[in-house]
Amino acid sequence: MTITKKIPDLTKRKTRILTGNHAAAHALRQARVGVIAAYPITPQSPVVEKIAEFISEGKLKARFVKVESEHSALAVCCAASATGSRVGTATSSHGLMYMYELLPWASGNRLPIIINLATRATGAPWSVWTDHQDFITIRDVGWIQMFCMDNQEIYDTNIQAFKIAEDPRVFLPAIVAYDGYILSHTMMPVSIEKQDKIDEFLPPLKHHINLSDVSVVKGIDPVTTPHIRDRGNEGTVPGYFEYRYAMQKALENSIEIIMDVHDEFSEKFGRSYGNGIYKTYLAEDADILIFAMGSVASQARNVISKLRKDGLNVGLVSLKLFRPFPSSQLRELFKNTNLVVVFDRDIGYGYEGVLSYELKAALYGLKQAPFIKGFIVGLGGRDVTDQHITKGVTKAIKESDEEIISTKTDFLGLKLDDLGDYDQKEYFKGG
Amino acid sequence: MVKLMEIPDEEFIYPGTRACAGCSMALIYRIALKALGPKTIITVPASCLTVLHGMQGFCTTKVSVLHTPFATTGASASGIVASLEDKGLADEVNVLAFAGDGGTVDIGIQSLSGAVERGTNFIYACYDNEAYMNTGVQRSGSTPPGAYSTTTPNGKIGYKKNMAKIMEAHGIPYVATAISSYPLDLYEKFKNAMKIKGPKYIHILAPCPPGWGYNPKDSIEIGRLAVQTGFWPLYEVIDGKFILSKDSQRFLDPTKRKPISEYLNIQKRFKNISDEDIKNHQNYVEEQWKQIKKRIEND
Amino acid sequence: MVDTKKDYQKILGSVQKPVKGEAGKTGTWSPKKPIIDLEKCIPAKSGKPSCFNCWLYCPEAVVTRTIPPEIDLEYCKGCGICQEECPVKAISMEEVTIE
Repeated sequence: MTITKKIPDLTKRKTRILTGNHAAAHALRQARVGVIAAYPITPQSPVVEKIAEFISEGKLKARFVKVESEHSALAVCCAASATGSRVGTATSSHGLMYMYELLPWASGNRLPIIINLATRATGAPWSVWTDHQDFITIRDVGWIQMFCMDNQEIYDTNIQAFKIAEDPRVFLPAIVAYDGYILSHTMMPVSIEKQDKIDEFLPPLKHHINLSDVSVVKGIDPVTTPHIRDRGNEGTVPGYFEYRYAMQKALENSIEIIMDVHDEFSEKFGRSYGNGIYKTYLAEDADILIFAMGSVASQARNVISKLRKDGLNVGLVSLKLFRPFPSSQLRELFKNTNLVVVFDRDIGYGYEGVLSYELKAALYGLKQAPFIKGFIVGLGGRDVTDQHITKGVTKAIKESDEEIISTKTDFLGLKLDDLGDYDQKEYFKGG
Repeated sequence: MVKLMEIPDEEFIYPGTRACAGCSMALIYRIALKALGPKTIITVPASCLTVLHGMQGFCTTKVSVLHTPFATTGASASGIVASLEDKGLADEVNVLAFAGDGGTVDIGIQSLSGAVERGTNFIYACYDNEAYMNTGVQRSGSTPPGAYSTTTPNGKIGYKKNMAKIMEAHGIPYVATAISSYPLDLYEKFKNAMKIKGPKYIHILAPCPPGWGYNPKDSIEIGRLAVQTGFWPLYEVIDGKFILSKDSQRFLDPTKRKPISEYLNIQKRFKNISDEDIKNHQNYVEEQWKQIKKRIEND
Repeated sequence: MVDTKKDYQKILGSVQKPVKGEAGKTGTWSPKKPIIDLEKCIPAKSGKPSCFNCWLYCPEAVVTRTIPPEIDLEYCKGCGICQEECPVKAISMEEVTIE
């Protein structure tokens, strides 16, 4: 689908200076959610505070259920969605962990719920700072997952997410993630569109369940056997395996719809984010590509020009769509690259950085697969700096030249040398 | 007091469910749905009731049901109510949460507490068969002391959580106890609850033939004994005012109460109960009625 | 209008519609069935709506509140509650073969 370049009419929209959290709140307001159930957690709390403010000022006509835990928050969202309302919420880290039981419940029942995730490291040890662990930990439950790099993208992606999730070919819940503190609490200019334009783009929800219509009796989510169930002329229904097959296929095939919705949004509002599933920067002629998400990609972008001045043909691919993982698009993108340097702000403990090994799997079977080197950076909010990126690229080039393939993880930014003689066994002894 | 002919004829459950023969919960549910009528949405967690509703594709009720994970009944009901309120349908549709004792007093207590604290307009009915019956008779917070269960083979040590009192402490407008064996009383309590706006809680004892160890034909009689021995007083608390139900009133007089051993001895789950345990149960009954007497005199 | 003809698109979440006998013909659960002796049954004798304990206490909703009460033996599980609760012992549990 081609995007016609339009000069956006700046007089028709409002540009505010907003934190990422407030950008998300504005998007939920303009998406006209009917029910929000949320529980405060650092660094997401300002989202729900802003929603409460909108409601008290009459700017948002929605029911805000102030639940007593995140587990209940997603349960309320699921029930409200099944009753036929458009639903959104927000959380972080352990809030998302506490919601975990309800995540496959929402996707299995095909409820188009949107969660805003201000990413935050998961304990132990206790941390309030960002990394991407909470985001990647839930990758197998059947949710669409997208990552944002700036506050405008948070607002835009939320609006698109509702449209994608509610598409009858999709009907799956989605997570819109952004780095805690780096985006959630940092102010940036965000264009807030006019409500009628948003309404044109995002029509009211047409749910496939809608329990509120009590004239049609429905049982939702009963115990489901492994088998097809045949009751003759009363009907034949799928077994668990078929229901889950349908969910997987809907997820796989949603990539096309995600890209279409992105393009439709670009056409209407004049802003785009690559092709909707990844963005590239100086990647066309690069033979070294950096692959990262969110804040790490933002940081890497700073370094590209400098590395190019140093004679390295480096480009950047920043991944927006993490689930469904766009393997065929990435195969196409990386097939002529020599080296991919992956920076993960997360780690699949016992294995590698998740982006690193998922990319390797996606490129499996390519006649000429690039050399892939992964690094772990920035866990628990440790700053990811230009030096780290540069060091990583340099080391990757060296290892690729020497064909050193290691399955051990490589950490950048550790300060082990500064620890002196710290030894936990001795830590409590003496006074 | 409701008369039998006032109860509507229409059944809201089709016969031929997976519930055990003689299941008290099935009777309770049948009466409750008659009280609530067709404009009702029900939410049900993992429980024997899940099984009664049927497997994939085909259900047994003439009203919609939303199955919800075990710990979330209160939250699920909150979600349904919130959506109805958003759509302006809250005054037209009843929302009923129907959970077992395990799903209410143990794993579900947090979401129930939150839902009622928020003033959610719904009825929460707990059918209490005094153990995790659906998974094979494991003890719950509602199992009475001395009772056999697969996880307390020597009899439960501790006490039975008084969920009605806990709900009263939340200050909600309607709390009641009921039992399958007194269906007219049960029906009236659901009808009374429907007249009130806000959170309503009804705790209903449900004798269980396989779990308690008795012949299914005795389901009604066992429940009757629970009331006649004073073990299970039937009452309502409406806006904090205690009202002893008609069927329990004569048991204020201790001489009218049958000895607790009559209730305990016919249930196989109490067959190894010691004399000391029986004494403790009797004392519990006496103490309970002392409190009831005080409340009636003070109100 | 979006095209949703693919096989997986016809399947969403696990849902149910109401049917009778979801667990099959539960009458097969017990060979013994309640038989009402109409000469003892209170509403049958008086011709007036009265008693109806069997209807009230049936957990399976297989008894009708008619004069006389009728029991759907295809689905009655034979629990015996109606026999116990009948105040005039009009019901007896007997072995019955269902055609």
